[in-house]
Amino acid sequence: MSAQAPAGGHVATHTHYRRFDRADRLLHGSLMFSFLGLAFTGLPLLFSHEEWAATLARFFGGFESAGFIHRVCAVVMITVFTIHLSRISRRLFGQKDLGMLWGPRSMVPQPRDFFEMVAHIRWFVGLGPQPSFDHFTYWEKFDYWAVFWGMGIIGGSGLVLWFPEAFAYILPGWMFNIATVVHGEEALLAVGFIFTIHFFNGHLRPEKFPMDSVIFTGRVTVKEMEEERPDEYERLQRTGRIDELASAAAPRWVYRLGRIAGGTAVVFGLLMVGLILFAVLN
Amino acid sequence: MMRLLLHACHVVLALAVSVSLAQAAPQKPAAPKPPTNDDCLACHSDAGAVRADGRSVAVAPEVFGESIHGMGGLACVDCHADLATLAEFPHAEKLAPAQCATCHGEAVAGYDTGVHAQARRAGGNMAAASCADCHGSHDIKPSADPASRTHHARLLDTCGRCHGDEEIIKRGKIEIGNVVDLFRDSIHGKALIKSGLSVAPTCSDCHGSHDIRRKSDPASKVFRNTIPGTCSSCHEGIGREYWESVHGSQVAKGSPLAPVCTNCHTAHDIRRSDVEGWKLEVIKECGTCHEHSLETYRDTFHGQVTALGYARVASCADCHGAHDVFPKADPRSTVSDAKRVATCQQCHEGATPSFAQFDPHADPENRERNPMLFYTAQFMKMLLLGVFSFFGLHTALWLGRGMQQKAAGQWRRRKDDDSTEDGE
Repeated sequence: MSAQAPAGGHVATHTHYRRFDRADRLLHGSLMFSFLGLAFTGLPLLFSHEEWAATLARFFGGFESAGFIHRVCAVVMITVFTIHLSRISRRLFGQKDLGMLWGPRSMVPQPRDFFEMVAHIRWFVGLGPQPSFDHFTYWEKFDYWAVFWGMGIIGGSGLVLWFPEAFAYILPGWMFNIATVVHGEEALLAVGFIFTIHFFNGHLRPEKFPMDSVIFTGRVTVKEMEEERPDEYERLQRTGRIDELASAAAPRWVYRLGRIAGGTAVVFGLLMVGLILFAVLN
Repeated sequence: MMRLLLHACHVVLALAVSVSLAQAAPQKPAAPKPPTNDDCLACHSDAGAVRADGRSVAVAPEVFGESIHGMGGLACVDCHADLATLAEFPHAEKLAPAQCATCHGEAVAGYDTGVHAQARRAGGNMAAASCADCHGSHDIKPSADPASRTHHARLLDTCGRCHGDEEIIKRGKIEIGNVVDLFRDSIHGKALIKSGLSVAPTCSDCHGSHDIRRKSDPASKVFRNTIPGTCSSCHEGIGREYWESVHGSQVAKGSPLAPVCTNCHTAHDIRRSDVEGWKLEVIKECGTCHEHSLETYRDTFHGQVTALGYARVASCADCHGAHDVFPKADPRSTVSDAKRVATCQQCHEGATPSFAQFDPHADPENRERNPMLFYTAQFMKMLLLGVFSFFGLHTALWLGRGMQQKAAGQWRRRKDDDSTEDGE
């Protein structure tokens, strides 16, 4: 989520450029596993009429222990969200990095995202050339804001449902009905989106298949930078910042770990999608 | 004690009848002297006495002697009345059936109105029980005697000779099936068999003894709307609560729909109401009539957890009561405006009137009842539909284009580079 370069001079024989720093990668990793935990312990409730839901609940040691795991994962995710919020506010207010509000390094949707999306879709159907992208593409921004919004909505409604007696002091009881619906539907949206569309955008699309390790290693190859984000590459060269991002390949074990973590998430995620589809089509 | 007295009366009655019969006999002019018990036993006490077809016709004198009829001094011909006037012995193999009604008029009259007699009469279903099938023949003991087939503790086995025998159930076309097995595992069965409780009901407590009628017969003790009365002959307190409730008062008016005891508790396999399985099952039972309430309940955390098979959260009776269910508008109702907070507090200790504004049966499609929920649900529906349709299409198109590109080999070069540069 940040394009910050670590301190360091020119790397002569670099093969990679840094894209995500260590904190981003750790936060994403924690997010991934808490998300899987939340999905697997929460969806049985949403699909409680399905046989697999009861099996899954039993697997987690009953609804009480599944609920406990769900809350532990929720605390992890809320912590991730809080750390992320504090990191971006430090960048914004501490370092006065206004570039994160607008411009090529910003996550904020901008007119060029719309035009890039249109151009991308035109390319899908053969009506135009493949567009070039800068640091964040429109689908990456959508993924980010979907998760951002999701964490607020699901996290908020989840807390209401976790402590209804306390929230009843500030909310009328019918808000628990709304929290129940919102929590469940948003969760369905999040699970459905992450386990299909995000997986496809990030890993499963033919260019990246079977997976893109960038979120685990934090680095992209020089070629990837040149071909996928020519705008960013050109901009960084122009401003002379490209050398700050140059780096060698990540250690072998990082690739391995990423492959295992990513593979696990994909397998379990697709399993979950399968169960949901089974329930919906039934 | 009552039973013992009753049987003493029977014995006296039987004696009186036999005396009067004995007196009546000599009045007929040409009638020969009826055979005495000793005359009969001269042949029948031989343990090996058989008919032509090999079936035993032996009567053990000591068994008969210990039976209520033997003790009462009844003569063989008191029951086998067609032999009283017979001159020649040995008699023919085929005898008229013993006429129990001669003495036990009331019991037999009751029996005649019952399902067993009906089955024998109407369908010629001889698998159905007659007097001897339950009471025995020469060895009949008063039902107060623990050795009697009809003793409270043994009656289940007696009924079970047919109602617990798959072969007879099939042959006799007994629709309800093996009820004795069900009953053995029920709370009543366990109390009766395992705990040996004399107050635990056995078959006859609910069905009657002689006038056992079909449950479809309005005169039956187990006729639908009579069942609460039958059950409350023991469960008196619950009966009082029930008759006052919305269900009980409807049944009292003859409603064929309002639930009676057996709708929730079943008939033969009644279980403890505090076991998890039962608490979960009974939810569906409420749902057979309160269909929509069950649907909306399933949308809540309570309903979801119980659907998963855990009974720790609230189910119907936890909020509405079990036997004392009243409509919400009735101030006696546990979900009435006056009592609702206290009802929530049973589990949610800190519940307040604001907390109790939660709708445990909220319907996201009902704009009148849950307006905010309605609009929220509509919004969520549109959001999901919008996101999945747009990105579904986006992904499908991208996949198509990507595959095409890959087939054309345009990415192969980069992938090769990738693998070497990744050090893999």
